[in-house]
Amino acid sequence: MVDAPLALLAELTHRCPLRCPYCSNPMELARAAAELTTAEWARVFEEAAALGCLQVHLSGGEPTARRDIVEITAAARAAGLYTNLITAGVLLDAGLMERLVAAGLDHVQLSVQDADEAGAERIGGLKGAHAAKARAAALVRAAGLPLTLNAVVHRQNLHNLSALVERALEWGAARLEVAHVQYYGWALANRDALLPTRAQLDDATRVVEAARAAHKGRLVIDYVVPDYHATRPKACMGGWGRRFLGVSPAGNILPCHAAESLTGLTFPNARETSLAAAWADSPAFNAFRGTAWMPEPCRGCERREVDWGGCRCQAFALTGDVAATDPACSLSPHHGLLQAAVEHAGGEAFRYRQYGRAR
Amino acid sequence: MTIPRFAPGVRLQEDRARNRWMVMAPERMFLPDETALAVLRLVDGARDEAAIVAALAEEYAAPADIIAADVRALLEDLRVRGAITW
Repeated sequence: MVDAPLALLAELTHRCPLRCPYCSNPMELARAAAELTTAEWARVFEEAAALGCLQVHLSGGEPTARRDIVEITAAARAAGLYTNLITAGVLLDAGLMERLVAAGLDHVQLSVQDADEAGAERIGGLKGAHAAKARAAALVRAAGLPLTLNAVVHRQNLHNLSALVERALEWGAARLEVAHVQYYGWALANRDALLPTRAQLDDATRVVEAARAAHKGRLVIDYVVPDYHATRPKACMGGWGRRFLGVSPAGNILPCHAAESLTGLTFPNARETSLAAAWADSPAFNAFRGTAWMPEPCRGCERREVDWGGCRCQAFALTGDVAATDPACSLSPHHGLLQAAVEHAGGEAFRYRQYGRAR
Repeated sequence: MTIPRFAPGVRLQEDRARNRWMVMAPERMFLPDETALAVLRLVDGARDEAAIVAALAEEYAAPADIIAADVRALLEDLRVRGAITW
């Protein structure tokens, strides 16, 4: 019997007014016409709650780009899920905020691309975004909802990390996630422009530690060392098919939001398959569940049930073998690829996220 | 007198699949023990601490002074964990 998942990542749409060069959406973005309907999402939420999910992350793309975001939020809450809106904030206004609160929204996670306007607008590729985010933060706090600020950090904004902490305090966030870019999809295409140096990383770690001490009791800071400077991989998604399930805008049921980058797997679709059947019985969910699929050095490793072999998407993107040990592990024969990438990195030009330029 | 309330973004939620109740909070969750759950069910932003003690004393047919000490310790613990505020 497989343990039930705890959380659902609902990627409601791939549409987004921002064009971040590290977007976690697939390179082949789903069009609006392919998106699940309001009623289909409501059914997905019911199935997720019945299966054991306690929480839903309403994400995208930009989830508020959906005209039915209020109805979708209400449906998630009606299904009994704790609802977290993961948003860029630029489409949020007072009227929408009020309707989301009335629909039962529990928490908002707001992304920020840099601490200052010029940097944020260059990285996000949208004029006016930074001021709109400041307004969105104020709306969330005025509505009485808790706010988490999510700062994706990399080579071109890490020098502003202290200022990002200040922004979190100024905007009334109780939590700050300092999230290093993860390199697959769009971010891998922009790796040279985004990978931080070791010195940048060490500075960042010092800034985070000092800020944690200075703002204890007021601001919680989440921070983990990024793969390219690590010696052991992360238990991506808490292990394949162990805690999370995602549903893509077009209804594909996924063990991880980036799993469609893996070739050779067929993912069940929520229009035809129940979440329970997908979770328990589909070949895709069972492909990397547990430890039986593992090659050496994972198979005999004492950490095999700690990191579960790391990230499949990263392993595949870097080695071409979906079942390889994540190269983030120093025991991987491909670990040298990471150091080589760090040494090769440099330059500022981005390839921005856009439709219709897959591969 | 203290009137405990759930902190912003925190609430009790039924975990139907596992037949239990969970305390849900922004980006985290925890499983309350039986006593904590009994108290949290009475946290409604209207009842003060004395009213919560009285309700529990009646429900469990136990002396109010003993219940009061337990409730005090528990509320303090839940406040430190960020689940409730007053």
